[in-house]
Amino acid sequence: MDTEALERSYREIQSHVHPDRFAHAGDAERRASLQWTTRVNEAFRVLKNPVSRAKHLLELHGVDVAFETNTAMPPEFLMQQMELREALDDAKDAAQLDDLRTQLAAARFSLEKEIGQALDVSKDYGSAAGLVRKLQFLHRLDEEIDAAYEAMD
Amino acid sequence: MALLQISEPGQSPEPHQARLAVGIDLGTTNSLVAAVRSGIPVVLPDAQGRPLLPSIVRYHADGRVDVGYAAQAKQSDDPKNTIVSVKRFMGRGVKDAAHAENAPYDFVDAPGMLQLRTVAGVKSPVEVSAEILKVLRQRAELSLQGNLYGAVVTVPAYFDDAQRQATKDAGRLAGLNVLRLLNEPTAAAIAYGLENAAEGIYAVYDLGGGTFDISILKLSKGVFEVVSTSGDSMLGGDDFDQRVFCWAVEQAKLPPLEARDMRRLLVKAREAKEHLTLHGEAPITARLSTGDVVDLVLSTEDFCNITQTLVQKTLNPVRKALRDAGLRAEEVKGVVMVGGATRMPQIQRAVGEFFRRDPLNNLDPDRVVALGAAMQANVLAGNKPQGEDWLLLDVIPLSLGLETMGGLTEKIIPRNTTIPAARAQEFTTFKDGQTGMSIHVVQGERELVSDCRSLARFELKGIPPMAAGAARIRVAFQVDADGLLSVTATEKTTGVEASVAVKPSYGLGDADIERMLRDSVDHAKEDVHARALAEQRVDGQRLIEATRAALAADEKLLTVEEKTEIQTAMLELENLLSGKDHRKIKKAVEALNRATEEFAARRMDEGIRRALAGRKIGSL
Repeated sequence: MDTEALERSYREIQSHVHPDRFAHAGDAERRASLQWTTRVNEAFRVLKNPVSRAKHLLELHGVDVAFETNTAMPPEFLMQQMELREALDDAKDAAQLDDLRTQLAAARFSLEKEIGQALDVSKDYGSAAGLVRKLQFLHRLDEEIDAAYEAMD
Repeated sequence: MALLQISEPGQSPEPHQARLAVGIDLGTTNSLVAAVRSGIPVVLPDAQGRPLLPSIVRYHADGRVDVGYAAQAKQSDDPKNTIVSVKRFMGRGVKDAAHAENAPYDFVDAPGMLQLRTVAGVKSPVEVSAEILKVLRQRAELSLQGNLYGAVVTVPAYFDDAQRQATKDAGRLAGLNVLRLLNEPTAAAIAYGLENAAEGIYAVYDLGGGTFDISILKLSKGVFEVVSTSGDSMLGGDDFDQRVFCWAVEQAKLPPLEARDMRRLLVKAREAKEHLTLHGEAPITARLSTGDVVDLVLSTEDFCNITQTLVQKTLNPVRKALRDAGLRAEEVKGVVMVGGATRMPQIQRAVGEFFRRDPLNNLDPDRVVALGAAMQANVLAGNKPQGEDWLLLDVIPLSLGLETMGGLTEKIIPRNTTIPAARAQEFTTFKDGQTGMSIHVVQGERELVSDCRSLARFELKGIPPMAAGAARIRVAFQVDADGLLSVTATEKTTGVEASVAVKPSYGLGDADIERMLRDSVDHAKEDVHARALAEQRVDGQRLIEATRAALAADEKLLTVEEKTEIQTAMLELENLLSGKDHRKIKKAVEALNRATEEFAARRMDEGIRRALAGRKIGSL
């Protein structure tokens, strides 16, 4: 996806509806502006992040990603996840965390490409949902890396 | 197209008659007021030509109040009644105020925010801050020769909801129309970015008297987008003074000091710190009331040693902000230094080493926040035509959440979410026949509720008795453009509702503000009625102008009947404006607001349609 285009349209819409444009307007307009800006911010948040964007696109096609209920994963993927997590537990300094993050970023990038392929080209929404669940796994791991950095500070 | 541009919202209907709007930097140590004059932001000095107003307030027994230099001169003679660095106490209880034990005040531990006992009675930090704001308001009105339309007041980006609310209350108490609370680093970014036509990723490192903020911004074509922010609202230049103070006490082997000596030595400590910015060593000499004489010399090396942990303490939030932004230090194009405390050479050095580039010091670190705030006030007042103004997209600094079972925090809106923002979560009852649910709103990053700041507690009552888990309670959070939160809880099957603008446990209720307004000497002299009338008139006039501009632009969105209805309400209000009944005006304002509600919604939709015209929804 063209993130630049997304950011551009986000900014353009904001420049029309943002409360700063209506600070001296009537109550009704200020309220409408607040509601719209809130919605635009929410839409941007969903579209900016690959996991929530893919989940949203799948929902548009009537497919529920079911993060909570469907937790079945291929064994080799789970093995790989366990290894990454062990590496995280063993990480003693910021440099090791940096390494881990670089690995993770590469894994995420290739997964995102696969999802794009499944969604846009082959239109195989079922397997796309499976890939999105994997991506969500990696996403969580990323958050745990953040927490580990914070613990080091 | 030309017609459309002229009538876009955001523009004053009478461009030649600019509304007077100012930016106020309400600082821990010093405060400033600035305004845009002939297109250029300038700090407004006092009658003696001094731009800064020391944020010091002295109360006299007869009710007189000194603010600024006059109060500063007496701070060592009358420490209990001379309040310095009051910003540190805003929205805080006694136990969370740092160095409370070293502060020479009589604290009163009121629920929520602490209070201070003075000869003029017990004062809340909101009242003390309002005294500073009043002086700045008067200064601006004299200088600009007219009544202020409104003000943008700055707050540290890392201020939580309670501290923001307290600041807004102080503004109201000082009789200001607070157009917006603006984050200090964001204000600095506006001033820096517009002056230097900067584009790209910038960091603002803002070390003030009592607070530290770091914000990472993305600057592009008139949009200032805050990507992440972090900081420490209990770390600032004051802490460096404290370190020097403690060092001096230790070196001179002093016994515990009384309030006056404490203040005297703190002043000397601050002077020494400032002296070291340009010199290799600084003398600290003082004669105490006990007869003890302090005669020390502080070298740069000693100063760096005793403050090294403080300098390092600012770098943790910097790392956190970069991580939250998903950026590395090398990707930052420039680091803007803000706040008087960034003058310290060891700070400059540490920041330079961290980002591997020289910090940007081409703006006066004391003034840049006020200047940026003035520029934003000018835009919010509608004094800039569309196209020449810019847009600010800011974030909340700390996650907002709820207490769940077992004293754990459930985050509803994570930190660094762009505001305004809204998010909702559903909860359920855990006991059969449960008819009430208490909702505890907290702010912070920690897992345990007890480690977060408690913002409000309220109760949703009247849930019809159902089996455990059957009720569906939707708790909705809304954060407005000031970063202030309101919370609503609704039981979805029956529609029972409870809501709270987050104020009660910290900050003041509306009733408190009303009372204080009545109590304040300044307003006792004024006719309360005349004031209400003047306020309602300004409100009414503003609404008429806005409605007229809207009609001129988008009349086509209305049917003939709808237009007539709006015009009738407008005429009604116009007729009442010259009258003397503020209640009637208020009613007419409300009526016109109701009449224009649908119109406003349609105009907003139309604006979005225009922005989206010719765009497709992108795919992954």
